[in-house]
Amino acid sequence: MTRAYDIPASEITPEEVYLRRREFIRMAGAAAVGVVAPSVAGRVNPQGDDTLTPYDNVTTYNNYYEFGTDKEDPSRNAGTFKPRPWTVEVSGHVARPARYDLDDLLRGIAVEERVYRLRCVEAWSMVIPWMGVSLKSLIDRLRPTSRAKFIEFTTVLRPAEMPGQRRDILPWPYIEGLRMDEAVHPLTILATGLYGKTLPNQNGAPLRLIVPWKYGFKGIKAIVRIRFVEQQPLNTWNVVAPNEYGFYANVNPQVDHPRWSQARERRIGEFFRRPTLMFNGYADQVARLYTGMDLRQNY
Amino acid sequence: MAFVSRFTLHDSRVVKPLLFVACLIPLAVLIADLLGGRLGAEPIREATFRTGEWGLRLLTATLAVTPLRRLFGWNGLVKYRRMLGLFTFSYIAIHFLIWFAVDQFFALKYILEDIAKRPYITVGFTGFLLMMPLAITSTAGWVRRLGKRWTRLHALIYVVALAGIIHFTWSQKADILRPSIYAGIIVVLLVVRLLPKGLLRRYRSEPGTSGSDATGRLRVRSTASSNESRASCSSRAGAWAAGNS
Repeated sequence: MTRAYDIPASEITPEEVYLRRREFIRMAGAAAVGVVAPSVAGRVNPQGDDTLTPYDNVTTYNNYYEFGTDKEDPSRNAGTFKPRPWTVEVSGHVARPARYDLDDLLRGIAVEERVYRLRCVEAWSMVIPWMGVSLKSLIDRLRPTSRAKFIEFTTVLRPAEMPGQRRDILPWPYIEGLRMDEAVHPLTILATGLYGKTLPNQNGAPLRLIVPWKYGFKGIKAIVRIRFVEQQPLNTWNVVAPNEYGFYANVNPQVDHPRWSQARERRIGEFFRRPTLMFNGYADQVARLYTGMDLRQNY
Repeated sequence: MAFVSRFTLHDSRVVKPLLFVACLIPLAVLIADLLGGRLGAEPIREATFRTGEWGLRLLTATLAVTPLRRLFGWNGLVKYRRMLGLFTFSYIAIHFLIWFAVDQFFALKYILEDIAKRPYITVGFTGFLLMMPLAITSTAGWVRRLGKRWTRLHALIYVVALAGIIHFTWSQKADILRPSIYAGIIVVLLVVRLLPKGLLRRYRSEPGTSGSDATGRLRVRSTASSNESRASCSSRAGAWAAGNS
């Protein structure tokens, strides 16, 4: 059976190649110090493929306002954050509500690698080899009742370890949500690692959501609560600026953000912008979830 | 020391080239960081941010010249205002060109759409356009030719400052701390300008408030100028000043 869940096998960089990739990047970087032109030429890739974004960029260029609003803040400020021990509170319309130790919660669920495009609402993108579990397998284990129509996630609130939470930038803690059919879609995962390693703190350790056909801000980080609910949950950016950020937040080149055209994006490491794909290139797998919906209204 | 401060640091022939070089430092650092790969994961965005913020810093410095003269009597500063203004324009022009020629890569369709549809770009672009006549008429010839109209034209700098602050603020998703700091400084500078002139001149002429390196001759001159100003200010302020001396 063909599993429709990620970038086709042909597009995936073999592990041994990506493990060697940092070495390659270092060499390229060293070359760039001496001569700029060849390195820029190597980056010019207008309609390019989905080569992996270097580990260093994935882990130093982050939007994670709990650790500060500059892109480099999370990598600078997340060092003292403690992702273990970690508990996740499961509540709402679910057969097995409880506070779970994270390791117990995920025990026995296969950790898979998924290479996904990540498209930020700010019109930049990356390709990241995540490690994680399918959210569906966790939901199956928790057994929500038929009243559960949505799932709500909450980020940890630890102002002592998260300097961004000491300022009134967003209403803390961060919350996000998915419709149940989105949550159980085979593409949706809870990531616990990237590049074959444990998830770095600045990328949302120890547990974060990845929904590759949606803008990055749906990918809530450092999850401490999962609630199964009947009504559509709030999501933080929608609360802050409802005209800019919707609940669905599906990647859609036809629906512009008031501050950014969403028609194109810059893949990190490339010079030219490239066209943004409907549902971030996952339309074949997910478009059916939204048949009959006005995606202009439900942005 | 006295020799240095009186004949060197107060000599605009020495200070001007120094200031010129100083204003080029942010650009030099930017180029060095670009060549050294130190602009992070999105170098174009970083270069756009840096040039934009340096433009705003220099604009703030330009706007500070008159308030500093009024507050502290540093009238010599006026000799550097044109250079500060032109560097402001240069950094904003580079900021614009990075967006236009590198980030958007001359894609006019998207550039025009952005200018028309994204409010922060509309405002920023308007501010940039408004700076052009100011840069063009900055020469001595234009100052002479325009006379009083030159001052009125160059009052546009306040509109430019407002546009810059709005552009910066609206470009931020949630955290507006940095644009707020610039807005605060510029508001203070404006308030200083709006204070009654007589009040400030009197404050300046208090003994000990003028520069400690000022010679007796300079002090005499400053007293003379403050007498002039008393004569010319409104009767109420004049009476107040006279009553206190």
